[in-house]
Amino acid sequence: MPILEVKNLYKSFGREEVLKGISFTLNKGDVLAVIGSSGSGKTTLLRCLNFLEKPDKGQIIVGGKTVFNADAQEELDEQALRKNRLHFGLVFQSFNLFPQYSVHKNITLAAELLEKEKYKGQKLTKQQKKEIQDRVSRNADELLEQIGLLDKKDAYPCELSGGQQQRVAIARALALSPDVLCFDEPTSALDPELTGEVLKVIRNLKSSDRTMIVVTHEMEFARNVADKIMFMSDGIIEAYGTAEDIFTNSTNEKLNAFLMKTSG
Amino acid sequence: MSFVDVTMQLLDGFKITLLIFVVTLVFSLPLGLIITFGSMSKFPPLRWLTRTFVWIIRGTPLMLQIIVVFYGPGLIFGASGFPRLTAVLVAFIVNYAAYFSEIYRGGIESIPQGQFEAGQVLGMTKFQIFFKVILFQVIKRITAPMGNEVITLVKDTSLARVVAVSELVKSAQDIVGLKAIIWPIFYIGAFYLLFSGLLTLLFGYLEKRMNYYRG
Repeated sequence: MPILEVKNLYKSFGREEVLKGISFTLNKGDVLAVIGSSGSGKTTLLRCLNFLEKPDKGQIIVGGKTVFNADAQEELDEQALRKNRLHFGLVFQSFNLFPQYSVHKNITLAAELLEKEKYKGQKLTKQQKKEIQDRVSRNADELLEQIGLLDKKDAYPCELSGGQQQRVAIARALALSPDVLCFDEPTSALDPELTGEVLKVIRNLKSSDRTMIVVTHEMEFARNVADKIMFMSDGIIEAYGTAEDIFTNSTNEKLNAFLMKTSG
Repeated sequence: MSFVDVTMQLLDGFKITLLIFVVTLVFSLPLGLIITFGSMSKFPPLRWLTRTFVWIIRGTPLMLQIIVVFYGPGLIFGASGFPRLTAVLVAFIVNYAAYFSEIYRGGIESIPQGQFEAGQVLGMTKFQIFFKVILFQVIKRITAPMGNEVITLVKDTSLARVVAVSELVKSAQDIVGLKAIIWPIFYIGAFYLLFSGLLTLLFGYLEKRMNYYRG
């Protein structure tokens, strides 16, 4: 069973139709790279998956469970929406770290709130609160170790380079262990010499139980890391396949024109 | 009348000035936030209503508002209305809450959308996003304009004199009228200067404290 199934997704902003029927499936552990020119709908697709935009039509199914259905009679309340949204994580182009909190607190903030919410209605003893905090804090340390920034745990985001900030943002998203982790052009706001460290972290995250969708302009990265590549143009999926299908054997004219342009 | 006598008498007036200042802040700071939520509401009638209210409050003199609150109830309902000081406090709280609400709104709207969205994708509730992520950033950004407004309040307290509340200016005028000496009225300038000087230092300190991060 695929971990993610997207069925016939449509989204318009006013009169402009940005997504015109997006359907695809993704298996657990797959890395999907989404490529295409600006305005092709890549970012809107990610934002729909993360419930930052509400699709006009279509369904999103995670692990066999429908988390979004535009045809549903009843609107989801905020609580249910929040729960469904947690199937996905999102790393933004502009990091969006919380500037007033340390690196460590950025990672633990939401995780701690969610942990405490599980005990809603019960009065937590000091001891229990401490245990939750310790658990979340240890997990954050492990993630920081993984991205190579444990020594920066007490630093504030403004004291870090763009590449380091983006790595922290990745750890922050990972702290909630989403089923599908999405990256919205994670290196586009970085100086060229900093993109390598971020791409390396993403590459190292690849594992059998971590599913990722990466919207990117880094063709080398897409070619070498992604299991599947999706080429979007004008709100539809023009081509979908393995790196070889896309980069070597494609007969799609739009795709070939796009690849020609990006390879300079 | 000796310098010490005058100072003691003026200090009595200054107590009232200080009372108006503190009570106004304690109530208008939170009330302003509620007005902000109203003026940013997604429900248009509430938004219009709130913004009309803010327009009226900001569009008329505070002195007139004090007069309306003090004499209005008696004229309209024939009731006895508020005591003098209470009327002054009500007018000040409502007036300053309206101004604060606009400063808050500017602060909230200046926070990048990405901060709200980051909170959302991390599964935080609207309430959590506002109080754990946004509010502190807003406070940092509005410290300077709030300092301005708070120092204005120090001097605005003198408007209470219009309904004969014995704050600092009225106390000085009473001495001038009774003892036929003019200098106490100039002397009170020192009280205001000293008070606003202390507030300037306080706000400078707060800004410095929040400078541990940028952005």
